[in-house]
Amino acid sequence: MHSEEQTLALREQFDTAAQQKDASTLGMWIFLITEVMFFGGMFLAYSIYRAKFPEVFAIASTSLNVKIGAANTLVLICSSFTMVMAVRASQLGKLRDIVWWLVATLILGFTFLAVKAFEWNEKFELHHVPGMANFHLNGVGASMQGPASIFFSLYFAMTGLHALHMVVGVGILTWLIIETKRGKFSAVYMTPVDIAGLYWHFVDIVWIFLFPLLYLIDRHLNIQ
Amino acid sequence: MQEHTEHHIENHEHIDSVQTYLLVFLALAVATVVTTLVAYVDLGAFSVVVALAIAICKMLLVVMFFMHVRYSTTLTKLVLLGGVLWFFILIGMTYTDFGSRTWMGVPGR
Amino acid sequence: MITAAPVQQRENYLNSSYGLKSWLLTKDHKRIALLYFATITVFFFIGGIFATMIRLELATPESDLVSAETYNKLFTMHGVIMVFFFLVPSIPATLGNFFLPIMIGARDLAFPRINLLSWYLLIIGGALAFFAMFAGGVDTGWTFYTPYSTSYSNTWVIATALGIFVAGFSSILTGLNFIVTVHRMRAPGMTWFRMPLFVWAHYATALLQVLGTPVLAVTLVLVFCERLLHIGIFDPALGGDPVLFQHLFWFYSHPAVYIMVLPGMGVINELISTFSRKPIYGYGFVAASSLALAVIGFLVWGHHLFVSTQSVYAGMVFSFLSYFVAIPSAIKVFNWTATLYKGSISFETPMLYAFGFIGLFTIGGLTGLFLASLGFDVHVTDTYFVIAHFHYVMVGGTIMAYMGGLHYWWPKMTGRMYPDGWAKLSAGITFLGFNLTFFPQFILGYLGMPRRYAAYPPEFQVLHVLSSAGASILAIGYLLPAIYFAWSLKYGPIAGANPWGATGLEWKIPSPPPTHNFDEIPIVTHEAYDYSSVEAEVA
Repeated sequence: MHSEEQTLALREQFDTAAQQKDASTLGMWIFLITEVMFFGGMFLAYSIYRAKFPEVFAIASTSLNVKIGAANTLVLICSSFTMVMAVRASQLGKLRDIVWWLVATLILGFTFLAVKAFEWNEKFELHHVPGMANFHLNGVGASMQGPASIFFSLYFAMTGLHALHMVVGVGILTWLIIETKRGKFSAVYMTPVDIAGLYWHFVDIVWIFLFPLLYLIDRHLNIQ
Repeated sequence: MQEHTEHHIENHEHIDSVQTYLLVFLALAVATVVTTLVAYVDLGAFSVVVALAIAICKMLLVVMFFMHVRYSTTLTKLVLLGGVLWFFILIGMTYTDFGSRTWMGVPGR
Repeated sequence: MITAAPVQQRENYLNSSYGLKSWLLTKDHKRIALLYFATITVFFFIGGIFATMIRLELATPESDLVSAETYNKLFTMHGVIMVFFFLVPSIPATLGNFFLPIMIGARDLAFPRINLLSWYLLIIGGALAFFAMFAGGVDTGWTFYTPYSTSYSNTWVIATALGIFVAGFSSILTGLNFIVTVHRMRAPGMTWFRMPLFVWAHYATALLQVLGTPVLAVTLVLVFCERLLHIGIFDPALGGDPVLFQHLFWFYSHPAVYIMVLPGMGVINELISTFSRKPIYGYGFVAASSLALAVIGFLVWGHHLFVSTQSVYAGMVFSFLSYFVAIPSAIKVFNWTATLYKGSISFETPMLYAFGFIGLFTIGGLTGLFLASLGFDVHVTDTYFVIAHFHYVMVGGTIMAYMGGLHYWWPKMTGRMYPDGWAKLSAGITFLGFNLTFFPQFILGYLGMPRRYAAYPPEFQVLHVLSSAGASILAIGYLLPAIYFAWSLKYGPIAGANPWGATGLEWKIPSPPPTHNFDEIPIVTHEAYDYSSVEAEVA
């Protein structure tokens, strides 16, 4: 087992390990707030256009596969569970458990991304990709194809930005697994695992809002 | 063991049980199923309110339990609240424009 | 009188290590501040070259020096470089980076490597913007209004927007670093209300950077997606709304003006106090007004959209709030004035710049109130009145404060004093040049001269010629310090630890400071601006 001093990695601008951990955690929370504002701009655009074109948005939304969307949401929620279990393992200093929980999170993350890729591919096949010449949404008149393309633009932009954040998250998890295997963490020093967890949960929360806003608009109308 | 500096230490003595995390996970899963099923019920304009309310509950569960905000310092909670407030300023103040555009007719039409 | 100065033997942050790597891979906030200083000085002079060409073109009524299309590129690039690559980083990344940790008794910022990353991001963003400039430029105006920027412009919009996007992250990370540092790295005894007001100002600025810049970032992402993929978010032909772009853009860009001016106000606090030898009157009010400016500054952006087809009800809300946002600034001006009363005033160069700031910022700020009035704005929007207003606050305000701060802290940063006579002369030339350049523009705008026009009716020429003449004088006012500051590095008299007899932890350490700032972290027992604890004149 590595000694506490070796895993402490106290940087010279800090006086104590507690100060360093506090500062790192605060730094990550502030970063997450910047992400809230970053996604926030897109949520604003979404809410303005949904209010402006409610019927078109409903029809476009129902063309998305709700079962796959819901299943993917569960995958991500599962990954948040495995991630918090990894953090818990690090608080207890159980290095092998950290690795297994992180690997589980990684696998679930990849699953989510694979399903997303599948869904996007389906959009290509249905000609629902805005900006392409063959864009066409069934059930919506010619004059409303423009607003329909706005729905899909927001769909791709928001899920795309989210997916990009997941890819970064996957990279961070991989790095954490490597560092854990090199014995860098212990119950006394597990800050990187902790703050990576915060990031991962944040990305989950974004999806928690994206799912109902994109997939569940007026499903009761049973349009498709 | 760990010296208490003037900075309150986050999460230090609080390690949640596996049971707590499992319960939260189950709640989140159930909420996902509920929100999906409720979408098929005709609630008119209220549908979006219900969907957002459920999403907010899910978010609170993740924030409080998975992100350990239950045990966090006041500063962390303030940072979080600040972020949420600013998001609402963006949406809300923009709505003062888009929401009131139809209140006054365009002169001459 | 040139004296060859003896070589300084003591170890300091400048001589502790040599070589390019020791600078490009440094984690020392003081070296990073100097890296930023060099970088933004280059950006300033490039932005200045564009300004020179604009003023040369406008000296005659016809569009004869450059075509209208080229003129569009000139004012766009002047704005983009000056706002995003000079003014936003200026004071925080140079003086803030250098002095914020020292002022609170810390050894460095909370995240030194992120600080270095911030500098590299500014360089990368700048490189992208330069690429766009040399490849042919951008002509949309620094405001990138859609659908021109997304659908019709044939210039390098994406490259420029990408450069601004990357520079935006530089700003966000600096803000994040400052917030964590102020919360978690203060020395024992350094309570919030003992911090210099310079730190309060930078803290408020950091809040603006962190909350506002991400919205600009996502807006630029939407612009490039729209431009590349024609997705319709801002395209009226597809149901999109160009005014949505304006809301998103100005949600950041209004707070951005406070990002640019608050640090300047922070500097002025230090200058007024030191050169009146008095604590700032109403410390609590000034600190609170910094925060108030940051908060209320987020609620007024719609005043840039008064004539955009924004609903008139929203216009009324934003107009009312825009009057309200002037209050914290006014509180500061009153408190600075009260500080001067019965103070022991000395007219050193930094103080001359501070006086310039107070007068010019007041004029700029008051004309902001004119613009906040819906009725008046309809007449002068998009005219030279607006241009004069923002140059009064940004150049007459921020850049004056920056120059004042540079002169004030130069002896501390370099261990050398600048030549006093030349410095005072430059301050005077700058003040004169500035007013001659921009005061006529208020009149031009009121008389109807539109902004962003290369050609204009001949009756406006006299005022334009005055303005262009002023610009040439202003240029001298900026060139002279570039020369004498450089000269002072080799030939300036050696400066001691506290040449001004100022309070503050930075004046208790040697000039230039050692790498680790303090031999021993101080335990603070004095209130801010406590002159009883400072010796009268320290050589």
